[in-house]
Amino acid sequence: MARLHIDQVSKIYTGTQRAVDTVSIDVDDGEFLVLVGPSGCGKSTLLRMIAGLEAITEGAITIGERVVNDLDPAERDIAMVFQNYALYPHMKVYDNMAYGLRNRGIARDEIDRRVREAATTLELGPLLERKPRELSGGQRQRVAMGRAIVRNPAAFLFDEPLSNLDAKLRSHMRVEIKHLQRSLGITSVYVTHDQLEAMTLADKLVVMNAGKVEQIGAPLDVYERPASTFVASFIGAPAMNLIPFSALGDDGRLGLRDAAVATIGFRPQDIIEVANDNEDGDGLSLRFVVDAVEPVGSESYLHGKVGDERVVVRIDGRAPHREGDRIGIAVPSERLHAFDADGRRLEGWRVPEAVGDAGTAIRKTRAT
Amino acid sequence: MNKVRFGHSIVPYLFLLPQMAVVAVFFYLPAGEAVRSSFFLEDPFGFSSTFVGLDNYADVLSSTEYRRVAIFTVWFTVLVAFFALAIALLLAVKADAVLRGAKTYRTLLMWVYAIAPPVAGLLGILLFDQHVGPFVDIASWFGWTLRIGVNYYDTAFAMITTAVWYQVAVNFIFFLSGLQSIPRAVREAALIDCRSGLRRFFTVTLPLLTPTAFFLLVINVTYALFDTFGLIDPMTKNEPGNNPVTLVYKVFLDGFRGNDLGGSSAQSVILMIVVFALTVVQFRFMERRVHYA
Amino acid sequence: MSDAVSAARPLAPASHRPAFKWGPVFDHAILIAGAAFMLVPVFLAFMTSTHDAVTVHTGGVQAWPGGSLIDNYATVMFDGLGFSGAVNGTTMMLNSLILGLGFAVGKIVLSMMAAYAIVYFRFPLAEFAFWAIFVTLLLPLEVRILPSYEIVQSMGLINTYTGLIVPLVASATGTFFFRQFFKSVPDELIEAARIDGAGPLKFFRDILLPLSRTMIAAIFIIMFVYGWNQYLWPTLITTNEEYFTLVRGIKQIIQVWVGSQIPEYGQAMALAVLAMLPPVIVVVVFQSWFIKGLTESDK
Repeated sequence: MARLHIDQVSKIYTGTQRAVDTVSIDVDDGEFLVLVGPSGCGKSTLLRMIAGLEAITEGAITIGERVVNDLDPAERDIAMVFQNYALYPHMKVYDNMAYGLRNRGIARDEIDRRVREAATTLELGPLLERKPRELSGGQRQRVAMGRAIVRNPAAFLFDEPLSNLDAKLRSHMRVEIKHLQRSLGITSVYVTHDQLEAMTLADKLVVMNAGKVEQIGAPLDVYERPASTFVASFIGAPAMNLIPFSALGDDGRLGLRDAAVATIGFRPQDIIEVANDNEDGDGLSLRFVVDAVEPVGSESYLHGKVGDERVVVRIDGRAPHREGDRIGIAVPSERLHAFDADGRRLEGWRVPEAVGDAGTAIRKTRAT
Repeated sequence: MNKVRFGHSIVPYLFLLPQMAVVAVFFYLPAGEAVRSSFFLEDPFGFSSTFVGLDNYADVLSSTEYRRVAIFTVWFTVLVAFFALAIALLLAVKADAVLRGAKTYRTLLMWVYAIAPPVAGLLGILLFDQHVGPFVDIASWFGWTLRIGVNYYDTAFAMITTAVWYQVAVNFIFFLSGLQSIPRAVREAALIDCRSGLRRFFTVTLPLLTPTAFFLLVINVTYALFDTFGLIDPMTKNEPGNNPVTLVYKVFLDGFRGNDLGGSSAQSVILMIVVFALTVVQFRFMERRVHYA
Repeated sequence: MSDAVSAARPLAPASHRPAFKWGPVFDHAILIAGAAFMLVPVFLAFMTSTHDAVTVHTGGVQAWPGGSLIDNYATVMFDGLGFSGAVNGTTMMLNSLILGLGFAVGKIVLSMMAAYAIVYFRFPLAEFAFWAIFVTLLLPLEVRILPSYEIVQSMGLINTYTGLIVPLVASATGTFFFRQFFKSVPDELIEAARIDGAGPLKFFRDILLPLSRTMIAAIFIIMFVYGWNQYLWPTLITTNEEYFTLVRGIKQIIQVWVGSQIPEYGQAMALAVLAMLPPVIVVVVFQSWFIKGLTESDK
C-alpha cells in the first residue's frame, strides 16, 4: 500500500524521440489509476518505467517513500500482470505463484498459505498442479493475477491484461478485477487502449496521446467535460460528433460567428429528434440526412450528414427511419462542447444569440 | 494438420524419382553392402570371400586396439561436447544480455562455422607445432613440455582443443537462438520475481533452454563421433600409429589402409547402431518438445 | 488534479543520472575474450601466411605481417603444388566452387521436388518414400564410406565431378527443410489455385517457388558452405590432382609438410586462408539467412 508519484518523467530515445514527454501523475494510496490512449501513446512505456523494465530518462518515480529510478524491478515492491500472462511454462501453477515469494526468502508455510488463499479467491484450487499449457486463456489470466496477489506489493501494475480474452470473458474479468482491487486496497496502475475498460475500472483516469497527458480526472468528469478534441473523440462510444464551427452556417445570416471557437462537439446520445421546427429551448438546431441505420437492439444508430459533415445520432429502441430521410435534430446547450483552434476546451461557452430574433429561440442552421 | 492435396497425377512420381534414385544407389546400396560384407572375410587378394557369421564382430569387439580407440572416442566425445557446450552457453547468455553490439558479437562468434574441419586441423597443427607453434612455448611457462605427435596425451589435448574451438560456433548460434525464443514477457516477469541474475538463469532460463540443449547435445555427440574425421586426419599427419584416433577414423584406416574389409564393415555397422539409437532418442524428444508451451 | 505537495513526499531531483553498473562491463569482457579465442588462431595463420618459410621456422608463428604476402599467395595460386605440380591454387579454387555450387544446386533441386511430392500429393508410395528418405538421416557418410567408394568406382566415376557431387546429395536434410516449410504454407493457397485453374505443375512453379525464395536462399548458403568444406569424400574420390578442391589440397600440404625439412609454412597458411575465405565471407554477409536456415530446420 503506497502512494505513487510520477514526477516530470520522460522517456527519450536517441536524441529527440520522446515516447513519454514530461508526465506528472500522483496516485493516492489504494487508488485505481488507468492509463488509456491509442497505440503508441506511451502508456505502456510509462508503466514499464514504473516497473523498472525501461530506464527512466528524465524525472523521477517514487513508490511509497522511495525514489525507485535506480532500483531493479525486483527491488521495487511491485507486481505485474502482463498482456500475454507471461507464466513460466515449465512450472506448475502452484510454483508459478510461489516463485516470487521463494526468491524473497519467505517461510514455506507462509508461502503455502498465501498461494492457497489466492487460489481460493480466484477459483484456481483444482488447477494448482497443472502446467500453463493445460489451461485456457481465462485460467492463465487468473494465475497471472494470483502471482501478483500473493506478493502483497506496494503497487499492482497491469499491462492490457484483458486484450487477449474474448468479449464476454473480458467484461466478466473487468468486474472481478475491480472487486479484487477494492477488497485488497492495493494501489494499482492499469494500462488499456479500450476506453470502456478505462471508464469502468478507474478511480482516476489519465488519457494519453503521443507521449503527453491530455487529461487527468475521474472517469465521469473526463466523459462530461473532455479537455480536448482528442479526449472528446477517444472517450465514449460511439465517438462524439465533432464539427468545425464554420460548417454551422457561416452564411452570416444567423451571425453565428465566434472567433474563439473552432470545433463544436456533441455526443450521439445527447441529440434530440425534433418534430417541430419551432420548439423552444436553448441550444443548436440542425438538419440531418440519414445515410444508414444500425439497429443494435436496445438502441439504433443513425449515420448521416449535417451539411457535409458526418454525424451519428443515437435513438432509443427501433428507429423508423430510412435511408434518405431528412429530420430535424437539436442539441441542448448544456450538452454542447466547444474547442478552440488548438483543440482545447473552451469553458462556459454558450451558443451566441442571433441578432434580430425576439427572446431566446432555437438558432437554426439550414442544411445546404 | 489436414493438408489439402492434389489427386492422382504422374507428377509426384516424376518429382520423387531423382532423389529416390540417388538415395537408392548411393545410400541403400552402400549401407546394405556394408552390412553384408561385415559377415564375410575377404582373402588378401580380394578374389573370394567366406561367410564367417559374427566372427568379424567378435574380433573387433575383443581387440585391444579397438577398445583403446573406443575409450579414446568416448573421452574425446565427452570432453569436446562438454567444453563446446559450456563455453558456447556462456557466450550466448552474455551476447543475449548485452545491449550494445549484440549483432557484432554474434558475427564475431559464429563465423568459425564456415571453416572446414581440415582447415581447423591445419590451424591446430600450426599452433601446436613443436617448432613454431606458440602453444608449446606457452605450455612451457607452466612447466609442461608439449610433444605433439609423439606424446599420446599431448596430441589428444591438441585435438580436443581444436575440436572445441570449432564446435563452439555452432553451439553458440543455437543457444543464442534458443535464448531469444524465450518470450520476452516471461523474462520480464522473472526480472520482477527474482533479484539475482544467477538464480534467474538457473530457475527460469536454463529449464526453458532444455529443448535446445538436448538437441545440441545430440548434435555435439554426433559431431565428435563423426565429423571430426576431417579434423583428426590432418592432425595425425599420416602417422596414425601411436596417435589418438576415433572410431570412425579407424573404420577408414582398417578399410582403406589395412584392407580389412570385413572388420571395417563390422565397425561401420556398430557405429550405425550407435547413430541410429542417438537419432531415435533425439526424434522422440523433439516430438515431445513440440507440445511444450 | 493532485498537485498538492504533501509533507511526506520525498525530494525528487528533476533529472536523475543512473548509477554505474559493473555487470555489463563483465559481460563485454567475456564476449571479447570469446571473440578473441575465435579470431586469434585465424589471425595468426593469416599473418604467418605473409612470411617466408625460413622466418617462420626460426621465429615461430608470426603475429605481424611480413613481406612475403604476394610471393606466397602468387605461388599458391599459380604455381604447381603437390607431387606432380599439375594443380595450382586457382584450379583448386575452381574445383571447390564447382563442388560447392553443384552440391547446393543439386541438393535444392532434388529435395524441393521430393518434398513437394511428399507433402502435396496423395499416392500409394508417399508413406514409403518418406520413411525411405528419413532413414538416410540416420547414417552419415563416414559410416558407409567403403562401400560407397566401391560403388562409385565400379561406375567409373572416380575422378569426375559427377562422382564428386552426386553421392553427397543422397541424404535427407534438404528434403526435411522443405517439407517443414511446405507444411507451413496455408491450405487456402492450393484451393485458390485450383479455382484459378492451376494444376500441380503450375502451382509449383507460379506460387510455391516464389514463396520459397527466402528458404531456398538460406538452404543454398548452408549447402554451399557444406559442399565447399567437404573433405572425406573428395579425399577418396579424387586421386587425380586436377580435381582437387582447396580443402582436399590441405591433405596434400600436410603430406608435403611431413616430408620436408622446412615445411612451407607461409604457403600452407596461404592455402588455408584461401580455403577459408569464400565460405566465411558468404556466412558473414548472409548471416541472418544462414542462421534462419539453420535454426528453422530443427523444428
